[in-house]
Amino acid sequence: MAGSVTLRLTSPAAAGHDFWASRRRQQAVKMVFVYLLLLIGAIAVSIPFVWMVSTSLKNLGQVFLFPPQWIPNPFVWRNYYDALTVVPYLRFFMNTVIVTGISIVGIMLSSSLAAYSFARLRWRGRDVVFLVVLATMMLPTQVTLIPQFIIFKNLKWIDTFLPLIVPVMFGTAYQVFLLRQFFMTIPLEMDEAARMDGCSILGIYWRIILPLSKPALMTGALFAFRFRWDQFLEPLIFLNTPRNFTIALGLRLFQDQNLTNWNLLMAASCVSMLPVLLTFFFGQKYFIQGVVISGVKG
Amino acid sequence: MTVPALAPAARSPRLTYRTREEIAGWLLAGPWILGFLLFTAGPMLASIWLSFTSWDLLGAPKLVGLANYIRLFTDDPSAWRALRVTTVYAFTSVPLAVGLGLLVAMLLNENIRLQGLFRTVYYLPSVVSGVAVALLWRWLFSPDFGLINAFLAVFGIRGPAWLSDANWALPALIIMSIWGVGSGMVIYLAGLQGVSTALYEAAELDGANGAQRFWNITVPMISPVIFFQAVMGIIGALQTFTQAFIMTDGGPKEATLFYLLYLYRNGWVYLKMGYASALAWVLFIYIMILTLLILRSSAAWVYYEGSTRR
Repeated sequence: MAGSVTLRLTSPAAAGHDFWASRRRQQAVKMVFVYLLLLIGAIAVSIPFVWMVSTSLKNLGQVFLFPPQWIPNPFVWRNYYDALTVVPYLRFFMNTVIVTGISIVGIMLSSSLAAYSFARLRWRGRDVVFLVVLATMMLPTQVTLIPQFIIFKNLKWIDTFLPLIVPVMFGTAYQVFLLRQFFMTIPLEMDEAARMDGCSILGIYWRIILPLSKPALMTGALFAFRFRWDQFLEPLIFLNTPRNFTIALGLRLFQDQNLTNWNLLMAASCVSMLPVLLTFFFGQKYFIQGVVISGVKG
Repeated sequence: MTVPALAPAARSPRLTYRTREEIAGWLLAGPWILGFLLFTAGPMLASIWLSFTSWDLLGAPKLVGLANYIRLFTDDPSAWRALRVTTVYAFTSVPLAVGLGLLVAMLLNENIRLQGLFRTVYYLPSVVSGVAVALLWRWLFSPDFGLINAFLAVFGIRGPAWLSDANWALPALIIMSIWGVGSGMVIYLAGLQGVSTALYEAAELDGANGAQRFWNITVPMISPVIFFQAVMGIIGALQTFTQAFIMTDGGPKEATLFYLLYLYRNGWVYLKMGYASALAWVLFIYIMILTLLILRSSAAWVYYEGSTRR
C-alpha cells in the first residue's frame, strides 16, 4: 500500500534513475493486473444482483421468458409501490428494526466481555468452556427447535419478539469466537503496561482492548446485523400473527398463494437488503480503516 | 466503567491479581454461560435423549435404547452416502473460500480507485436473499440456455448438464459457494488493518519481495483470522442445507444428498425425530473431531501476538 512511498523516503538518494523507472513500471503492471482481476470478479459477483433488480422491474409475463431478458420492457416502477403496500411492509420493517437493533447491542456487549475473558484472563476451566462455545454451533438447529419451542411456550413468549431477542442478548458463539481471535492479535505488552499503571481488569478491556479492536467490533456487529435481519427459521417457528412478522418472514407472503409474484418478491427483497448494504457502504470507512498498533514489538 | 458486581473483587487489596483474574474470568464469561444454561443446554440435552427414542412428533417419545444408532451404523447406506457428499463439499469449498477470500481482501486492501465501491460489490452476494440466489443459479447452470454454458461455448467447450448430471451437480454447488467469498473478505480486511505497517516497511528495507512479505508477515499476523475462517467454514459447510433443499432436492441420484437434507427428511418428512436426533449427534461428533484436529494443528501455524500467557 504505502510501499513505494516509503521506499522513496528511506532509500539512499544514490539509487539511479533506472531503478525508479523500472520500479514504477513494475508498479504500473501490477496495478493493471489488480484492476483486471477485480473487474472480472466484480462482474461475476454482481450478475445475480443485477438480475434481481431487473426482475423487480418486469411485469409478471416477462419474468418467465426463457432465455431471460436482462432489460425490462417496459420498466414497471409500480412494482415497488405494490410490493410495499400489498403486504404491511412498513410494519415488518419496523418489527425487524426493533428485533435487530436491541439484539445487536446485547450481542456485542456480552460477546466482547466473554471474548476478552477467553482471550486474556487465566481461569480454571477456560479452555473447556471455550470448546463448549464452539460446540453450540455444531449441533443442527433442526433437532433443538422443538425443545426450544417448548421452553418459550412455557414462558408464554410465543408470538412475541422475546425468543428472537432475549437468548442472543447473553452473547452469541459466532461473535465470541470472532472477537476472541481478534483480541488475541493485540500484543500482550499493551495490557501489561496498563496494569503497571494501575488499570483494573475491566479497565484494560474498556481502555485498551475495545479501542484497539474497532474494525473487529464493527465487523462482528455487521455480521450480527445481517444475520438477524435475514433470519428466517426462528421467526417462522416463534411468530404466528402477520402483524408481528419480520421482513424475511413477510417476504414469504408473496409466494404463499398458488403463484409466486416474482417481480414483487424481488422488489421487496431489493428494498429489504438496502439497510445492510447501505450500512456496509457508508460504514466501511469506519471499520476497515486501520487502527495502528504502534510501538510495541516493531 | 463501573460494574457493581465486580467492583469489590477488583478493588480488594487482599486478593492477588491472579485470584482476581480467576474470578473476573468467570464473571465476564458469565453472561454467555448463563444464556447457554438457560436456553441452549436444555434443548441440546433433550435432543441427546430423543436420539435414544422413537418419536413421530405427535405421540410421546418411546425409548428404544441404541436402536437408532445401531440402524445408522449398520443399516443405512444413505446416511453414509450423505456424509461422504457433505465431506467432499466441505473439503473443497472451505479451502477455496479461505484462500480466495484472502486473495480478494489483499486486492481490495491495495490503494485503488473506487475501493469502497469494489468492496461493496464483492459484499453484495452476502445480502442477496437466499431464494433469489438459488433460483438464479438454477438458470445460470441451465444446460441449454444458462449463462455458464453459453460462456463455455465461446471457447468451443460443450458444458455439462450441471445440476441434472450426477457427476456435475456437486461441483456446480461448489462453484456456487465461491460466489459468497465476499463475506470472508470483510473479516480478512478487518484482520489486515491490525497488521502494523512498520513490519512491512522494515521488511522492504531488508529487501523482502512481495511474496516474502505475504508469507512471512501477512499470513502469520492474520493467522488467528484464517483459523477462525477455517473452523467456521467447516462447521458451516458440514451443515449445508438451503442450496440442496431449493436447487437439487438431493438429486440427481443422491449426488447432492447433503447430510442435513437427509436429516431434515427423516425428522420432518418421515416424522422420525428420534432417528433424526441420532443423525444430528453423529454429525456433531464428526464436526467436533475435525475442529479438535484444526485446534491441535493450530499450535504449529497460528501466531498469537498476545498469547504468551497460558
